[in-house]
Amino acid sequence: MANYLRPHRLEEAIDALAKPHVVLAGGTDFYPARVGRTIDEDVLDISGIGALRGIAATPQGWRLGATTTWSELVAADLPPLFDGLKQAAREVGGRQIQNAGTLAGNLCNASPAADGVPPLLALDAEIEIAGPTGSRMVMLADFITGNRRTVLMPGELVVAIHVPSPAMEARSAFLKLGARRYLVISIVMAAATLEIAEGRIVRARVAVGACSAVAQRLPALEAALAGVALDASLGTQIEAGHLIPLTPIDDVRGSAGYRTDVALVLLRRLLQGFAA
Amino acid sequence: MKVAFTLNGATAAWDGLPTTRLAAALRDDLGLTGTKVGCDAGDCGACTVRLDGKQVCACLVAMGQVGGRAVETVEALANGSLDNLQKSFLAHGAAQCGICTPGMLMAARDLLSATPKPNRTEVEDALGGVLCRCTGYSKIVDAVMAATAPVEFVTAKSGAAVGARIPRLDGQAKVTGRDVFGADGIPVDALWIRVVRSPHASARFTLGDLSALRRRLVIVLTAKDVPFNGYGIYPDVKDQPVLADGIVRYRGEAVVALIGDRQTVLSIRDSEVPIAWTPLPPLLGIDAATAPDAPLVQADKPRNLLLDGGVRYGDATSAFAKCAAVAEGTFETAFVEHAYVEPEAGWARRVGDRIEIYATTQTPYMDRDEIASVMRLKPDAVRIVPTACGGGFGGKLDLSVQPLIAIAAWKLRRPVALVYTRPESMAASTKRHPARVKAKFGCDAGGKLVACDVTATFDTGAYASWGPTVANRVPVHAMGPYAMPNVRTWGEAFFTNGPPAGAFRGFGVPQAAIAHEAMMDELADKLGIDRLEFRHRNALRAGDTTACGQKLDHSAGLAQCLEALRPHWKKAQEEVAAFNAKDGIKRRGVGVGCMWYGIGNTSMSNPSRMRVGIAADGTLTLYSGALDIGQGSNTIMTQIAADALGLPAAQFRLVTGDTDLTADAGKTSASRQTFVSGKAAEKAGLDLRQQILRLANAGADATLLLDGTVLTVRDGAEVRTLDTAKIGPLLGEGTFDPPTTPLDKDGQGIPYATYAFAAQMAEVEVDIEFGTVKVLRIVAAHDVGKAINPTLVEGQIEGGIAQGLGLALMEEYLPGRTENLHDYLIPTIGDMPRIECILIEDREPLGPSGAKGIGEPALVPTAPAILGAVHQATGVRARRVPLLPHRLREAIVALKGTT
Repeated sequence: MANYLRPHRLEEAIDALAKPHVVLAGGTDFYPARVGRTIDEDVLDISGIGALRGIAATPQGWRLGATTTWSELVAADLPPLFDGLKQAAREVGGRQIQNAGTLAGNLCNASPAADGVPPLLALDAEIEIAGPTGSRMVMLADFITGNRRTVLMPGELVVAIHVPSPAMEARSAFLKLGARRYLVISIVMAAATLEIAEGRIVRARVAVGACSAVAQRLPALEAALAGVALDASLGTQIEAGHLIPLTPIDDVRGSAGYRTDVALVLLRRLLQGFAA
Repeated sequence: MKVAFTLNGATAAWDGLPTTRLAAALRDDLGLTGTKVGCDAGDCGACTVRLDGKQVCACLVAMGQVGGRAVETVEALANGSLDNLQKSFLAHGAAQCGICTPGMLMAARDLLSATPKPNRTEVEDALGGVLCRCTGYSKIVDAVMAATAPVEFVTAKSGAAVGARIPRLDGQAKVTGRDVFGADGIPVDALWIRVVRSPHASARFTLGDLSALRRRLVIVLTAKDVPFNGYGIYPDVKDQPVLADGIVRYRGEAVVALIGDRQTVLSIRDSEVPIAWTPLPPLLGIDAATAPDAPLVQADKPRNLLLDGGVRYGDATSAFAKCAAVAEGTFETAFVEHAYVEPEAGWARRVGDRIEIYATTQTPYMDRDEIASVMRLKPDAVRIVPTACGGGFGGKLDLSVQPLIAIAAWKLRRPVALVYTRPESMAASTKRHPARVKAKFGCDAGGKLVACDVTATFDTGAYASWGPTVANRVPVHAMGPYAMPNVRTWGEAFFTNGPPAGAFRGFGVPQAAIAHEAMMDELADKLGIDRLEFRHRNALRAGDTTACGQKLDHSAGLAQCLEALRPHWKKAQEEVAAFNAKDGIKRRGVGVGCMWYGIGNTSMSNPSRMRVGIAADGTLTLYSGALDIGQGSNTIMTQIAADALGLPAAQFRLVTGDTDLTADAGKTSASRQTFVSGKAAEKAGLDLRQQILRLANAGADATLLLDGTVLTVRDGAEVRTLDTAKIGPLLGEGTFDPPTTPLDKDGQGIPYATYAFAAQMAEVEVDIEFGTVKVLRIVAAHDVGKAINPTLVEGQIEGGIAQGLGLALMEEYLPGRTENLHDYLIPTIGDMPRIECILIEDREPLGPSGAKGIGEPALVPTAPAILGAVHQATGVRARRVPLLPHRLREAIVALKGTT
């Protein structure tokens, strides 16, 4: 019979990972991959580890525990910096999924259409990873390396997501385009964080998801936005050339050309939303 | 692992594998089958329970995580009597088949605990994770919003049941989770089947040495274990094997059945089953199947042709020359999945030399005969005991689990169960036929239709299933519900290596309606006539003759439907014009779609027989073989029989479906139950009434009262009492077979005894930049003859609209790619428009109290109305559905380029 461990302490989990285990937390990706068959893998259930849960302020910013659920995030008292991530949280599955699915699970599953990735990229999030030799920090942009691939080494576990405090007033937003309301995988999504001083954008971070194997920041657009006034003209800053990092594909949800087309629209609306 | 937790307020102990899903533990180990499983993947929400007060999918929770926590299931809601939320669901008609109801209730409970008086958006947000395929969600939203208001149930006095909005008589079991669906009543000692299915659309295969598998299992079934290895709807077309024999013709076809204890069969992977595949190039789509050098999907079916035929009336070819306006177009549709929330499930047991099958189905008697044929038994050696059916829509008219559970239980003399997984259900089951409809319509300068020429070509997939029914029905309907002197219509269906296309709400007519309604729009536009008025001018009316040469003497209420829409239409046109006068990326449009639908089988006998009895102990029972798959026939039949007999509907006990206990009332299909079985129920009620009146020597106007065993017959001043214990059991019986005649080679004859008519109006808002369509509002006017229960009729209309919306905008089944409910999209609670139903009652003299049917008519006009509205909003005429956002956006861009 397969092994099942549900430790309460992080060290026990790391010890357990000396042997390969499938990591289980919210179950929202674990079970759908195991429909109609018995579960015979060794499983490490990390949902009982208190240290992985919850949101806390740190001297550098905020620490979002790995097993924090989308609902807990939405309910948390957080500054406008997190509005975009909260908007994404409300678009993850239905309420049932939001109550169970975890932030780190969304990142580790590494779907090109993961709703959490663009807003966390726009927050410049860093991933805290624990392993047998201690812990390390990896920028989210470096953490996911491809469709369903991350830099996690055998024996390692994501412990938390760290969001740095911005140097000044910051706001964020998220928009998702899907073919139906609720329970829908994104065709395209976009997220942005703007750091603002005296009515102008000082620094912008913008990311687009479901248009490449891994959601991408758009450096050219971010550069173009620096110094721009936060007004109704914001949307006009976007040019097709800003989307060069994207490599959309044709699939059942949309064609590549359509994705490029609507990514521009989505970004324009996202930015216009900041001025509204 | 031992798990102690709180279950519905009481302490509970459970022991098992810690990765066991909470849903499985509740259902299989703790006996709480009120929590339903629709997908095991968090996509449907049917298994929604509350965990520490929050709604979760019980299929995604590991039992290892449940220790010390509080679980609340649907079983907790009713405490002696129904909870007010459950009452509200019943009173509003929010439960149809009932499979999603427990999930909906628990999601609602989650909302109401924090927000006792929610608004519509709050309800949608809270219930957005639960899919319903029956109701169109409207009545669910209403029920939740009214959950704290006092609930008054409508009751009907003796003789006043027909027309009353009484709550569905089988509703209590649905809102408490007590209803027993296909997977709910499986005996604990049952063996399980897992079916190994083809991963290829076309392949030859050989089976290797199965002895290693056989040692792990109780039995392994292959083609040679099936006594007669072919089944199919038509007596002469038994072309689908129960288990494939050396060749597979579609992805998902059953090849080998593994039978043993549940853990063992589910632990064996396909890769452990020695099947040597030789994949062949699959024949996919109509063009491939009809290519001159196309290989044959079935060796004995030349040209891959299943069936063709048509209707010829007047002279369409020469008539176009005389037309002032002509419109032409070709329209294509996709495979569409039924997506009932209950996957196919059931179990069988051998009782002596009979086999008993407890399974979800729409058609017990056809199942009985089909199983008898497969097993080479006499039909009376087969007993079908239908379970509650968690949605069918045509997809449970074909056999699914039945033959394998029957063969295994027969061989092993033990109960054997089979429950499809969601991907299995989607891969194995039938689909709506993809169609290519080529249409040409012409009218005179005054806007009167003169001629049409329609060829509807269908991809019928690998096996015949209900393909002939589609190919037969469509030519009769393809000109639309309009009077026309010159008609040529043609239907043809070709085999491919797609999934078998079968019966799906409308039998091809929804596909054809997309074409004929686009033609109506285009002709009206060419002549500058209002689209609704153009249809009104041409609507078939009583006294008109159809293209089959059938004179419609009665009950052709399309003109009345359009008249009822007219004020809404005018107002909507003004509102849309005002909205569009503003600049913006959102454009609105309003469209109208019409339809007619022949009730019952096409030119084929389809009788129903119903019985009503009073037992010696005074029990009044309706014995109904008409299966209620959620549409409400249990309630409708009772309402009809009650008024015919003259006793209150509330006094009836129901025995339904069981082939040992009820007579054959045909299949729940072709919108026939209210009209055909309803008429039989009326006759059965009248027959019993006549027997009572004779015994009491009373006149026809006498009133009846049944109290215990005392049956009081009041005839004017005369009062007589009968003791049911003394007069013995009485049984009234009624039979009805709608009068039709065969169609000749030109399609002339009487294909149906009566037709339903409808017109729907849709208002949409298109995001021009995204190509997304939000349907804002639908007004649906339906001529149903007589609404036996208006709440149930509205439920059918609203649910049909949801499926029509899916057909138009989002649903496309791609084998191997959209075999789950997150890649295959059906409308959620947030996709539904506001719906207003208008019931037109143009009485059909043949029907019970004048009633016709509504099941399929509800869906047919929706897609045309939506697509017409999109055209008005954007100028884009959809030639291919679903009109996915990228398709619409690309068409909008292309249109801009050409103008």
